[in-house]
Amino acid sequence: MMQHLIVFPVVLPLVAGILLLYQRQGLVRYKRAVSVAATVLLLLVAIGLLRQAASDQVTYYALGDWQAPFGIVLVLDRLSALMLLVTAVLAVGAVVFACAGDDEKGSNFHGLFQWQLLGINGAFLTGDLFNLFVFFEVLLLASYALLLHGGGKARIQASVHYVVLNLAGSSLFLIAVGILYGATGTLNMADMAIRVAELPAEREGLVTAGALMLLVVFGLKAAILPLYFWLPKAYASAPAPVAALFAIMTKVGIYAILRVYSLLFGDSAGGLEALEQPWVWWLSLATLAAAGVGVMAARDLRLLVAYLVLVSVGTLLAGIGMRSPQAVSALLYYLIHTTLVTGGLFLLAEMIGLQRGKAGTRLVKGRPMAQGAGLAMLFFIGAIAVAGVPPFSGAIGKALMLNAAEGTQRLWLWPLLLLTSLASLIALSRAGSTLFWRSHRGNISGTPLPRRQWFGVIWLLSAAPLLVALAGPVSSYTQATADQLANPQVLIRTLLPNAAGDAQ
Amino acid sequence: MELLYAMTTGVLTACGLYLTLRGRTFPVVVGLTLLSYAVNLFLFSMGGLTTDGPAIVSEGTNYADPLPQALVLTAIVIGFAMTAFVVILAMRARSEVGNDHVDGKKEDRE
Repeated sequence: MMQHLIVFPVVLPLVAGILLLYQRQGLVRYKRAVSVAATVLLLLVAIGLLRQAASDQVTYYALGDWQAPFGIVLVLDRLSALMLLVTAVLAVGAVVFACAGDDEKGSNFHGLFQWQLLGINGAFLTGDLFNLFVFFEVLLLASYALLLHGGGKARIQASVHYVVLNLAGSSLFLIAVGILYGATGTLNMADMAIRVAELPAEREGLVTAGALMLLVVFGLKAAILPLYFWLPKAYASAPAPVAALFAIMTKVGIYAILRVYSLLFGDSAGGLEALEQPWVWWLSLATLAAAGVGVMAARDLRLLVAYLVLVSVGTLLAGIGMRSPQAVSALLYYLIHTTLVTGGLFLLAEMIGLQRGKAGTRLVKGRPMAQGAGLAMLFFIGAIAVAGVPPFSGAIGKALMLNAAEGTQRLWLWPLLLLTSLASLIALSRAGSTLFWRSHRGNISGTPLPRRQWFGVIWLLSAAPLLVALAGPVSSYTQATADQLANPQVLIRTLLPNAAGDAQ
Repeated sequence: MELLYAMTTGVLTACGLYLTLRGRTFPVVVGLTLLSYAVNLFLFSMGGLTTDGPAIVSEGTNYADPLPQALVLTAIVIGFAMTAFVVILAMRARSEVGNDHVDGKKEDRE
């Protein structure tokens, strides 16, 4: 049983999704129960896997008992376990929020939601490059349908861009995988790492081309500067629980960059070592700057949060660009914080919009909110956390990032990161004062918000104080994760006990 | 054969790319389809082009790499589903927005 635990995060949402396909309409209570139960179970599985990974052992699950490098393997190390847990925590908040009524605005919400989880979890676990492509497609297909959930002009418009861009990205992904397969003769990432280390010089150009093309694809998912223009519109127009779940989607891109490049182009890669590093570093800084401008310019709360996602992408990529275990550790801490808090803010924006009636989430004078005090309190916590002001987790995350920068990196990162934080702070305080203080005089109307929505938001935003309280254990876990990533030999030796001896 | 193959893939990619960059949804969909055909051909060639070789390891040294064929099959299935989806999406966009420009804008050229 325990040895099959690794495959659970993939099988569980798959089965739940199939069950939830039964009858397109109706059976609302039953569907909600199944979906929430499956998500909570996923959370428990993720906790179990995290405990398993915390023993510093890399474990793997060979599907159909076909051993690597010939079969597809699911690999569990500290990084994938952490990502699984963050996904599951986020999903619980989003799915409970959706049960307040968002799931009934279209058909098959819960089934698609589970399949989105299937794709995300699979992408975090797989140890095979082509399989990564397949899971990317699974999560994208589900996300296309979820983005359209509920319909409406804005959503369809944003969807067209999102779908077309990602289809082009998929083609590019396949070309890159093809090139890498042609040059190295394998698709298993651990095996590829060995082959890259022993690569004949005349094939280096080919591998470089493939690797950088892969960076474009992952950059599209992660929303790096020249490839992010789809994001604000798509996230701002998505239904709230979907937008919250999408907070992890950009992190799938970040994860893929971290995983593929630390494994394939680590210390042993010779001339190809760190070939992505200058690209990631400079583009991350540019992303930060652009996102800072976007945050200031946003005239809608949801758009503002979408740009805050971009700020976090820039910050996280800068961590990858620094390429030191300390920076990776800092970025992982920041990743947990930013995923959960921005997810919570998307949900909160929806609640604020519901209470303000016609004004919605636009940052204009609106009618006063019936439950304004509670919402303002939550907004305050979320804003402080995401802008990186003490005492919440954003401050620790950003301090760790700043601390990890060395030498000339500081010269670039410190001003940019601090200025974008300032921009977020200004934009958020402006948004908050408009939303909560500058309202029309008049009688307060509007129905009270469902308790499930409150639960979803509080569940996600409570990450901010919790991550501070548990900063010690969390950062020691991320530190160990970063060390494990910096030393990919362990993973390679576990997967390929025979071949790794030759590479030494 | 290699030259012909490479030229076919190249021309398909170029056409696909050109059409994808057009402003209307229909050429974009056709362009994406062409692009996925080009990618399938490209993937297929990545195991090396072999004539008259069986697709499994057998007696003798001349055999075709079976893996790209499996990859292409997967890519075809996924590409097919995606094309179906994007066609429906384009039609819905046409009916909801009222025109078939990818940005939903009224045609301002004519």
